[in-house]
Amino acid sequence: MLKKFRADLHIHSCLSPCSDWDMSPKKIVERSLEQRLDLIAICDHNTAENVAATLREGARQGIAVLPGMEVCSKEEVHLVTLFKKIEAALKMQEYVYAHLPGENQPDVFGHQVVADEHDQVLCENPRLLIGATRLSLVDIVKKVHHLDGICISSHVDRPSFSLVGQLGFIPEDLNLDAVEVSYRVSIDKALTEIAGIKDYPCVTASDAHFLEDIGKVWTEFILTAPTLDEIRLALTGIKGRRIAN
Amino acid sequence: MMVKDLVDKFGLAVTAGESGLDREVSSGYCGDLLSEVMGNAPAGCAWMTVQGHQNIVAVAVLREMAAIIITGGQTPDDETIKKADQEGIPILLWSNSSFTLAGRLFSAGIGKPATESSSKR
Repeated sequence: MLKKFRADLHIHSCLSPCSDWDMSPKKIVERSLEQRLDLIAICDHNTAENVAATLREGARQGIAVLPGMEVCSKEEVHLVTLFKKIEAALKMQEYVYAHLPGENQPDVFGHQVVADEHDQVLCENPRLLIGATRLSLVDIVKKVHHLDGICISSHVDRPSFSLVGQLGFIPEDLNLDAVEVSYRVSIDKALTEIAGIKDYPCVTASDAHFLEDIGKVWTEFILTAPTLDEIRLALTGIKGRRIAN
Repeated sequence: MMVKDLVDKFGLAVTAGESGLDREVSSGYCGDLLSEVMGNAPAGCAWMTVQGHQNIVAVAVLREMAAIIITGGQTPDDETIKKADQEGIPILLWSNSSFTLAGRLFSAGIGKPATESSSKR
């Protein structure tokens, strides 16, 4: 049966260097439930090492969690990538790590904390997660689709690290599944104001780096279940699944 | 000065768009944020950027640029080379930073206001 699902598909955990220490898998799940979200995705910069703990905690507390990663292309464009299973996200992570130069400097960029679902710190990730990969947009989209995931162009309304900001307009050969706008603009307004995005399904997400920002905006999906396959149908408006914002 | 004169004078490598080497260069521009370059680059400029994505060719056509110079040892994507050949927009390579090349171009009189470049001391 079709029903409404409130989704925030772009949340950073404490593993992203720019994210708050309090963004642990456990606290993210708690806050998401408080915000009456039905579905969330963990999308740290160029890594998925906090996804598994969030999936376990989400299952325990009763919220759907999708594995994800926000990948930075060599053009310095951010892409939200979402997967059905943790295994696919970890394969993506392997691909990204193989093309991600540099080491983190915690004093400059922030700490990159891998945590479990009991708020225990497991380790710090030493890679330069805030950096750009050497992968082109086309490479990333191809790999994500090969892993049966979806690719959403992050915060296209923003001047920095967005497809439109970096490359001026959306390249016609890029096989994106959707575009995302930030809390700063409504989907309706974005579709009329940002050139070239009206041909793409448009979602909105919090891009939260702090607990209080989780669920600041959300996308309302009409689905039968909170899964990636259902979201894929909704993005193209098939069999009654759709975006209801 | 024509694009081919730049190539000879500064030792740039031509990687695409050879048919446009006789375009006239009247100024220069530096920028890697294409949304910004699209709005501000002057017509007839030689544009220095580290971006190698195919959208640079569309931006160059839109702004009626003379040439694109990819700096910092970066290289264009295959699709970019194809598009530049189609459009006849020369893509040149410079292995050092945009800053070092822009300084040379400016010293050679490119993009200097008429009064400044013509006043000899």
